[in-house]
Order: sequence, then C-alpha cells, then structure tokens
Amino acid sequence: MRLLDRSARAGSPLTRLVLGRLLLLPVLLAVVTLVMFVLAQQTPFDPVLAALGERALTMDGPTLEAMRDRAGDTGAVQQWAAWWGNALQGDLGVSSSQRAPVATVIAQRLPWTLGLMAVSLVLAVAGGVLVGGLAGTRPGSWADRVAGGGLLSVQAAPPFWTGLVAVWVFAVWLGWLPTGGATSPDTDAVEPFDVLRHAVLPVLVLALSQLPWFGLVVRDATRDALAGLPVRAGWARGIPTSRLLRQHAVRPALLPLVTVVGVRVPELITGAVLVETVFSWPGVASATVDSALRLDFSLLAALTVLTTVIVVLGNLAADVAYRVVDPRVGQRDG
Amino acid sequence: MAEGWREVADARSRPWDRPRVRATGARGVWWGALLAVVVVVLLLGAGVGTQRADFSQAFLPPSAEHPFGTDQAGRDLLARSLAGARVSLLVGLVAALVSSVVGVVVGGLAGSLASRGGGVVDGVLMRLVDAVNALPHLVLGIVIVALLGPSLSSVILSVALTHWTTTARIVRAELLALQHVGFVEAAVGAGAGRWWVLSRHLLAHVAGRVLLATVLMVPHAIMHESALSFLGLGLPDDQASLGTIIEQSRTAVLAGHWWPAVLPGLLLVALSLAVFALAERLRPVSRGRA
Repeated sequence: MRLLDRSARAGSPLTRLVLGRLLLLPVLLAVVTLVMFVLAQQTPFDPVLAALGERALTMDGPTLEAMRDRAGDTGAVQQWAAWWGNALQGDLGVSSSQRAPVATVIAQRLPWTLGLMAVSLVLAVAGGVLVGGLAGTRPGSWADRVAGGGLLSVQAAPPFWTGLVAVWVFAVWLGWLPTGGATSPDTDAVEPFDVLRHAVLPVLVLALSQLPWFGLVVRDATRDALAGLPVRAGWARGIPTSRLLRQHAVRPALLPLVTVVGVRVPELITGAVLVETVFSWPGVASATVDSALRLDFSLLAALTVLTTVIVVLGNLAADVAYRVVDPRVGQRDG
Repeated sequence: MAEGWREVADARSRPWDRPRVRATGARGVWWGALLAVVVVVLLLGAGVGTQRADFSQAFLPPSAEHPFGTDQAGRDLLARSLAGARVSLLVGLVAALVSSVVGVVVGGLAGSLASRGGGVVDGVLMRLVDAVNALPHLVLGIVIVALLGPSLSSVILSVALTHWTTTARIVRAELLALQHVGFVEAAVGAGAGRWWVLSRHLLAHVAGRVLLATVLMVPHAIMHESALSFLGLGLPDDQASLGTIIEQSRTAVLAGHWWPAVLPGLLLVALSLAVFALAERLRPVSRGRA
C-alpha cells in the first residue's frame, strides 16, 4: 500500500527531499533576517551611530537627532525589505568595520575559513574513527577507559583555551610556529609554505575540538555492533576475530558518522569563530565577531545569512549521503 | 546476546583475563554527593570580594602565597578564578533554568495540541525549533548580544534563547508517546479534563527527563557564556567570569606568562566535567520516573 502511494507521487524521495529543503531555505532566511531587523529596532542598538562609526564623534547633537528621526521613521519591515531588495541585486552594503563593500570582504575571507574548516573536519573524523575504533573494539580495557576519559575531557575544554595553551607551548615557549595570522607580516605575498606554517596550530586546535564527538559516536556504535547478532553469527562460523572486528564491528559504526558530520556543521562553525579569533585567522568567522563588537550591522546580517545557508546545505548533504549509503533510510520514512 | 562482544573480546585478548566489572554503585553515589557539595560551596561564595589592583605585584608566577599566580593588575588569580567560576556557574544555572521553562512551554503546547486540532500550532512551533537549530548557537548568541548590548542579562538571554530546543523536543515527544498509555486513557475515561491530565499525569511524568536535560544544559551554558565573554561580548571586568579572565590573559600569553590562561582554564574544564558527572549520576534517577 505504501509502495503504491509512493510511486503515485512525482519524483523519487531523494529529489523530493532536496527540492523541499531548497524551497524551505528562502523562507528560513527571510524569517531569520526579519527577526534580526525587528530585534535591532526594539533594542538599544543605535543604527545611526553604527552606520557612522567614528564619524559620529565629530558630529553635533542636533544633526544626529535629525538622522535618528529619519531612521526611526522607517519600520523594521521596510528596512528588511529594502535590505533584501538590494541584496538580491548584489548590493550587500558597505562594512563599516572593514571599510570595504560587504561582498568584497566575504569574497576575500571565505576561502580562508572554508579551507580551515575542511582540513580540520577531515582530520577530526579520521582521528575520531581511529580513537573510537580502537576503544570500541576493546570494551572495558584500559585503552577504552583512557580514550573515554580523554575524549570527555577534551570535549569539556573550550577551543579558545586549547588554542591559547597551544600558542603558549608551540609559539611562545618552543618558538616553533607563528602565534597568529595567516601570512608573515613582513611580506604581502601569499606563499604556500608560509601559510602552511601559520595554519598548523589553528587546524590542529579546531580538529581537536571536534574530534571527541566523532570518537565517542564511533566508540559507542562499534560497541553496539560487537554486541549484535551478526558478530555472534560470524564468530560461530569461525570468521577470524580481526576480520570480525574490522568488517562487522567498525564498518557499520561508520554509517551513523555520515549524518553526524552534517549535524556537526554548526559546532564546526562555532569552533571556527573561536579558533579564528584566537589565531587572528583572516576568515569570515572572526569577521563575525568583529562586526558584532563594532556594531557593523550590514556585515553581521550578510554573515548570518551566509552561516544559515552553509548549515542548511551541510545538513542536506548529510541527509542525501545517508540515503545513498544506507538505502533502508529512504524506504522507511521518505 | 548483549554479552556477545565479551566472547569476541576475551578470545582476542587473553582468556584468563576476567572481563572487568564497571565500577559503579555505592562509590558512584559518593562521588555524586561530593561533586554536589563542591558545586554548592562554590555557589555560596568562595573567593568573593573585590581586590585592589597593585601593579607592582603584576604577573607573579604561581607560589605558595598565590597558588594561581597574579594577573596583569597584580590581583590574586586563585581568588579571581573562584569568583569567576561562581559567576560562570550562576549564569549557567539561570540560563539552563530559563531555557528549560521556555522548552517545557513550547514543547508542552506543541505536544498537547498536536493531536487535538492544533496541528498548525504544532507545525509552526516545530519549524521555529528547526529555525533556531539552523544557526550555530554561538553565532546566534553573538547576534543577540550585539543587538542587546553586553551585560549579564543579555548573556543569560542569549544562552537561554538558543538552548531551549532540546527540551522542547523531549517534552513534545514524551507527550505524544504518552497519549495512548493506559493510565492517561483511564484518566480521560474517568472524566478528567485536559488540564488535569496535563498537569497531574503528563508533566509529572516528564519532570524527570526535564530535570536531567536542565542539568545537562548547565555545562553547555557555561561553555557558551565563557565563549561569549572570551570574544569580548560577555561580562565586564567587575563581573569577570572564567571566560573574561581567560580573554584578559591573551596578551600575557604572548609575553610568556602562561598561568593567567592555563590555570583558570583548567578550573573551567573541571567545573564543566563536575556538572557533567553530576548529570550522569542523575540519569538513572530520571529514568526511574519516566
């Protein structure tokens, strides 16, 4: 009966999923930005001072008041509509904290953040599978207990603190690596080796902050798989233990990892915000903090939209990947 | 069947090595009690009192007199860190409580209306949950603090407004699952009104889960608050939390003074591990009721 229902509708479940999410994205973006504009109107946030920046210091009171009155006349909804009207034509406004058009700021900074996040994610997943697999296939052993305690402790350590400790140990004390930035201050050129040296600490700290989650997921899934019927049946048939562990315990444990990666995108961005700030990494995440500190509303709004898009696309990619890897999922709940 | 892995594990390693029994039980309860005492003592105000700045005493390394050393203004870092831990814990507790209240109200509304003609309300509320979850909590928190202006209340609000979704989901799922359980149907059959069933049966039943979720939220809220403070969007110097103290140590670290960053950070890690361990002790209790 369900099968008939399904085939009667247009398109496969996968295309419907993708289409549905992509249609929901504009709605989500509209709501998120609308809430921002309404909040900005209701709160002490002063749009005139924010737009003027330091120029406000040289202006007299009556001029400021007049500008405020004019700004106050237009409601949040009108401002929001005007912002979207401009944004859809490619005009995101000018960033007052970076003194450049918002689009230019994002285009310059986005590659740094994406690079940092991508490499860290790969390292975190690889490390998590290694540690989690080692611990999960030896339940109750000292390796399991050390890994479990270690992963929990690392998870409890905030990334900005780990970053500061790393700066002290490797940059200040040992002097092996630079303390921050992405390029050496004396040259403007972007040299691969120089960037690599600057990237080591941020990438490792971000990877370390994300590793425990993956490690714990893999450990628990491996443990569950070991306790399951397939392993017992394989054991009864005399399949070698090493193969049993590798193919029947660790491999099924990697399945949930695909969704977990997608779910972790927001956490990855959170980590990137902190790590980029600690290491003065010239990415969009540290620009988010800057724009918030200096009340740079146009940049903050654009970056919020960008973050939402990345998170939604990340979740969608994970859902699609999960369906491709495990066909049962699509059958069960479309 | 659940012990299947033991056979594999035992055969792979040494058969004479007995599988270890997990050390929980009586000892676990004592640990939980000890942690609770530590948390309460911290809350009651160890290390309260403002300190005068004395710049001749700046950046003294850890010693018997100053176990954590002194900071850039010559203040004792141990006392400052304990006061900071108290601020962090207070903010975490209040924020977790507020977010739980919001979560119970939203989840309760959605869950109890979902099957009684309020499907639209349920749908709207759950899309709201999706929308809040679609943004990284820290970025959303940054936006909220930037618009409200940094202060204690806006930090608490920012943490609470981003963390209620888990509780809302739990409450809604529990309410939906409980609808056709015998005692609820019996109460309805005996003529109990909607409000009676909701308050006397459903919410009472969910209470254990909500309590656990609230306690689990505290370390999360502490992390969120300290991250905001570290970014300069959190609490000012006179209400310094652990995040503020670590933020102030950034330049000191570059000058080679490690203690203003490392030791308060260790306290922060210990604090969230302690609350987390406390929540783990509560887990069986909350299950007993649900």
